[in-house]
Amino acid sequence: MSGQISEFKLVTGALAALALAASALVLMPYYLLHGIKPPVGLKPYTEQQLRGRAVYVKDGCVYCHSQQPRDPGQAPDNTRGWGRPSVAADYAYDKPHLLGTMRTGPDLFNIAARQPSEEWQLGHLYQPRAYTPGSIMPAFSFLFTEITGPARAGERSINLPPPYAKPGVTVVATQEAKDLVAYLLSLDHTYPILKAAQP
Amino acid sequence: MHMSVVLLLCSFVLALGGLFVFIASMTRDLFGTAEEGSRVIFAPDEEDTSEEPAASPADQARLQAAMRSSAAGGSSVEMSAADLATRIQADQSSSGPVLLCLSFAVLWLVLGSLAGITSSLKLHLPDWLDGQAWLTFGRVRPAHLNAVIYGWSSLAGVGVALWLIPRLLKTELVGGRYAIAGAVLWNVGVAGGIAAILSGHSTGLEWLEFPLPAACLLTVGGALMGVPLILTMKHRRVKHLYVSVWYLGAALLWFPLLYAVANAPGVHFGVEQATMNWWYGHNVLGLWFTPLGLAAAYYFIPKVLGIPIYSYNLSLLGFWTLAFFYSQVGGHHLIGGPVPTWLITLSIVQSMMMIVPVFAVAVNQHMTVLGHFRALRYSPTLRFIVLGAMMYTLASLQGSIEALRSVNTITHFTHFTVAHAHLGLYGFFAMVMFGSIYFVMPRVLGREWPHAALISLHFWLVVGGFAIYFIGLSIGGWLQGLAMLDAKQPFMASVAVTLPYLQARSLGGALMTLGHFVFGAHFFLMVFSRKRREAGATRFGFLSMSRSDVSQVPL
Repeated sequence: MSGQISEFKLVTGALAALALAASALVLMPYYLLHGIKPPVGLKPYTEQQLRGRAVYVKDGCVYCHSQQPRDPGQAPDNTRGWGRPSVAADYAYDKPHLLGTMRTGPDLFNIAARQPSEEWQLGHLYQPRAYTPGSIMPAFSFLFTEITGPARAGERSINLPPPYAKPGVTVVATQEAKDLVAYLLSLDHTYPILKAAQP
Repeated sequence: MHMSVVLLLCSFVLALGGLFVFIASMTRDLFGTAEEGSRVIFAPDEEDTSEEPAASPADQARLQAAMRSSAAGGSSVEMSAADLATRIQADQSSSGPVLLCLSFAVLWLVLGSLAGITSSLKLHLPDWLDGQAWLTFGRVRPAHLNAVIYGWSSLAGVGVALWLIPRLLKTELVGGRYAIAGAVLWNVGVAGGIAAILSGHSTGLEWLEFPLPAACLLTVGGALMGVPLILTMKHRRVKHLYVSVWYLGAALLWFPLLYAVANAPGVHFGVEQATMNWWYGHNVLGLWFTPLGLAAAYYFIPKVLGIPIYSYNLSLLGFWTLAFFYSQVGGHHLIGGPVPTWLITLSIVQSMMMIVPVFAVAVNQHMTVLGHFRALRYSPTLRFIVLGAMMYTLASLQGSIEALRSVNTITHFTHFTVAHAHLGLYGFFAMVMFGSIYFVMPRVLGREWPHAALISLHFWLVVGGFAIYFIGLSIGGWLQGLAMLDAKQPFMASVAVTLPYLQARSLGGALMTLGHFVFGAHFFLMVFSRKRREAGATRFGFLSMSRSDVSQVPL
């Protein structure tokens, strides 16, 4: 091969391969999913829930928790209380997507239905092992402040189980902790999905 | 449903069609000049002459003697002084940008390893360093990934590419200043991006955590680092483009496009963003790191040995099959997820098709080295690169198998995937880069590596550490997957079963990190050495020796 023919082949070939892949994995999903309508049972996030979602993103919860229950034919996700298999419409309000790739911890797509207690969620964030022995989730103590004496008006304190409660010390949730829990408690996708709504 | 089948078939047929068009367009080369093509990396009369700047003079002579004795009736003449001078000029023309890229790469490797070992420890010591947000697992882990991907791997790959370009095109590097500007922007982007992750400004997308300003710097920096290839190509003094040039050229073109599309603001949403995420996540491996690594392996293995690669035809076939199959495998990260079935099926099919290019590379590299394993004893470059090439075969075959639905059901969402990712990016890519850097640096600086023992220490620390890491985490991940699929076991059983393996991973990771400190210290000891640049040809070891010197070295 001579002259600039090699260069031409290299560039066109490389671009053709990339264009094909982009059409299959980016463009087609874009057009197929673009007009998808949110299910009737799915509410948009409130402002506080969106702030909490931002905390979920910045503290990297996605690196250990998925949000995509699988089909019962493939895995016992539903039996574990993680919910029905999710469909594209369930994610209509999700930006960025938080589907996740790891289950170092359990799937969280329906955590609000499984564990709706705000008290539990806050305490579990502060010290996971106080609620789940053997848990390897990091303690998010930086989302809380420890004060001496009782909580003042408007402060949200948490009551830790006995071995973890320090006498005279009150653990108070920061706004970020409260926002994060508000987001977690919005993760309830147990509403029914019509077959037709699936892609 | 019909639509899906049509789409699936279209994409597959188009990929196959494209593949055949490009392979057919090269048949003249495949059946005509293939033999010559594989010899482009040698100067006239240079064949059967090994080149290994990383070995001590005595080992260089032993390597040479081993290769000459196995090349029955091989050339007994040497490359001309004029060709040698051209070679030295080519090497020196790239030394500035290469040194810049590699120095920062090594720095990022050390920092990235520290973030890696910290994340690893945190998985079995969850209350360690829990008081500060920037040290939480969910921030340190992506800091590790981005430091080793964009800091270490990319800059090492580009540094080695910039060094290979003038050698492969037999001319001087043109436009090195674009690469320097690009590398500066790139480093600012990586530093800023990692600072953003640690301070809580990640985008939340795996592999794409850098916020927009940092992403822009990487896109522009990445594009600028590719400019010297285009400019040098115009001044090339070779007719045929060696297979490494195809890989490098495509990679340098692919990355900025991939990264720009993936970071396009305001475009991606919901599940579409997830498919885009893994289109990018797997293509940055398949179309960026893999071609950069293979380009280096395809050059250094035959160059150190002094013999052309086994089958040049196969290497070109491997290039085009990689381009058309690898680019569509990303969907296998979403098996079982809320994505269209045809997309998943397409990715699984293409993952299996990947066996073709992997086979092409495996046969080629293995058959080239076959019969010359003694050379590995004398050549640090080969030791790293041949091991890396083997890991490439393993990682790729493992990846194809992992894409099968039945296997993926067990391994998806587990540490098994993490181990697999490290087999590809560390076992293959980092190993090839270590070997390449050992070869390149003496040519860049004009002096030898100060301590041969440190090269061995680095090798054994990272190989031993990585073996513990990979085997431990693979077993742990598999058991984790099995436990998670067993509805009779509580979820916590899938956590408890991994603990000893997570500890093993920390041990392996600590050894690897220690190896990187040794490598980093040795690297900068060499860079800041007060030894003066040795003039010209003496740096080409055995070439300055007479033939009788070579035959007298005890083996």
